Amino acid sequence: MPEQPHEPEGAIAGTGMGGGMDLATSEATTLERTPGGPRGTGPAAKPRSLWSDAWRDLRRNPVFIVSGLVILFLVVISIRPSLITSGNPLQCELARSQEGSQPGHPFGFDGQGCDVYTRTVYGARASVTVGVCATLGVAVLGSILGGLAGFFGGAWDAILSRTTDIFFAIPVVLGGLVLLSVVTSNTVWPVIGFMVLLGWPQISRIARGSVITAKQNDYVQAARALGASNSRILLRHIAPNAVAPVIVVATIALGTYIALEATLSYLGVGLKPPSVSWGIDISAASPYIRNAPHALLWPSGALAVTVLAFIMLGDAVRDALDPKLR
Amino acid sequence: MGRYVVRRLLQMIPVFVGATLLIFLMVNVMGDPIAGLCGERQCDPATAAQLRREFGLDKPVWQQYATYMGNVFTGDFGTAFNGQPVTELMATAFPVTIRLTVVAILFEIVVGIVLGVVTGLRRGRPVDTTVLLLTLVVISVPTFVTGLLLQLLLGVKWGWIRPSVSPAAAFGELIVPGLVLASVSLAYVTRLTRTSIAENKRSDYVRTAVAKGLPHHRVITRHLLRNSLIPVVTFIGTDIGALMGGAIVTERIFNIHGVGYQLYQGILRQNTQTVVGFVTVLVLVFLIANLLVDLLYAVLDPRIRYA
Repeated sequence: MPEQPHEPEGAIAGTGMGGGMDLATSEATTLERTPGGPRGTGPAAKPRSLWSDAWRDLRRNPVFIVSGLVILFLVVISIRPSLITSGNPLQCELARSQEGSQPGHPFGFDGQGCDVYTRTVYGARASVTVGVCATLGVAVLGSILGGLAGFFGGAWDAILSRTTDIFFAIPVVLGGLVLLSVVTSNTVWPVIGFMVLLGWPQISRIARGSVITAKQNDYVQAARALGASNSRILLRHIAPNAVAPVIVVATIALGTYIALEATLSYLGVGLKPPSVSWGIDISAASPYIRNAPHALLWPSGALAVTVLAFIMLGDAVRDALDPKLR
Repeated sequence: MGRYVVRRLLQMIPVFVGATLLIFLMVNVMGDPIAGLCGERQCDPATAAQLRREFGLDKPVWQQYATYMGNVFTGDFGTAFNGQPVTELMATAFPVTIRLTVVAILFEIVVGIVLGVVTGLRRGRPVDTTVLLLTLVVISVPTFVTGLLLQLLLGVKWGWIRPSVSPAAAFGELIVPGLVLASVSLAYVTRLTRTSIAENKRSDYVRTAVAKGLPHHRVITRHLLRNSLIPVVTFIGTDIGALMGGAIVTERIFNIHGVGYQLYQGILRQNTQTVVGFVTVLVLVFLIANLLVDLLYAVLDPRIRYA
């Protein structure tokens, strides 16, 4: 079987005890994965790709399962917050300002008398939207610019590299303060736009490097010799082999974008009230920290768990896609 | 070596110009600086036009930028709209932020590297797992949350520190704010050192050093650590600029009147001269720190030579 070289790797990947067992199970999955096809010889026998290998690793990784479940939960409640709360985040009673936990209101009330539980649940939407959209934007823009620069090289590459240097020299929070302080719009889009504008160099540098590595492979030379066009080489041969590092960095960056949104909202330039965001709630609760610390702690905790989940997911994906780093 | 430094200095010029031009344009987009001068009221058109002429704001942006940069290189950073020279603001703000950054960097170097070495040498043991989990938690809690929590616990609940820093901002008062500022980078330094140490621990030169009969601590400090520090030094070097720029959040929490405070005020009051001036200096600090890091490589690893 041509898949044989994979087996010892699988055994090493399995943690510690029962290497024999592991071998047996991975044998089973291998067999399962080539159902009925001619074994190894014909083109129909697909050798296990990096992706299916990575997916097999991920499914066994408890870190991936836990963080995946947390993220799934966050996505669900940001689509339908009413599933777990019946309150309205904008309906507040000043008379109940800073009251503590009580039946029906497990997290108590903040300085304006808003229910902290409801606001914390509704706050997930802003964070998840900003995180996902900013990461998608950064990943697409960064990989296109960086990928083309790495593939074509020359003047375009030199210009792009210097441009990324320029962006790296500007502190992110500072750029956010300057650019977003003019924005009066109260949606997530300016914040996302700013993150894409200042975040793409990070991905473009990674994409450029991995395209340059992939470009030197023999199969690219072979494709060129067979007369493949540039676009075909780039899309069919280089992109699938260069995309892994981009995915890893983007997943980890997603967590940092969520933290950045909260930081900007805390400084008063990200989302602004009446939007509901953890950063806004933390900022609003900080003057009352002495009397009503609960109003600060719950949104902070939610924020920390969210960021942690995405960073751990990124770690797990990296381990799965790049076994060398283990 | 000399030629290398010159080449690097020349390469810094386009980056410096680009970054300052970018921030100059951003600040210009930020809004009409004259509008901030008349307070809440709308400016009288004649006064506005006169002020515009006075500050050179009627000229095209590139010309404004050229004039500004020309002035900067003669040491004139312009005047804030309240009539105070920006250099004066810098003279009061930068020493405070530099002290804060020094405290933060010391935390990164001492605590970060020690934890990294300890965990790297004991990979997979309980110490390692605990520290690794702690670093993950620290990385995922944003700085402003760490700051507010420490302020709540140490300053308000237990009374160990004063919740806000006095205008003098002596080193002693900056310990907790410095730790907050350093926290996320501290966790990264720990993880970087750990990976690097764990990787080099199995290398031939370490085995040779042990076989020669060198004492344990000497193997670690002279052989293992020195070879493992390069990625850590790179990180800390690039972090200096980020720390000084990122101090906005920490300075706001602990009410420290440093660079971040001045920038925040400048942005709120649309004080373009202050913002551009401070950012220009921050960009310079970032570029010079990067250059120093590259030069430090040769000290750490004599195999690296600059022709």
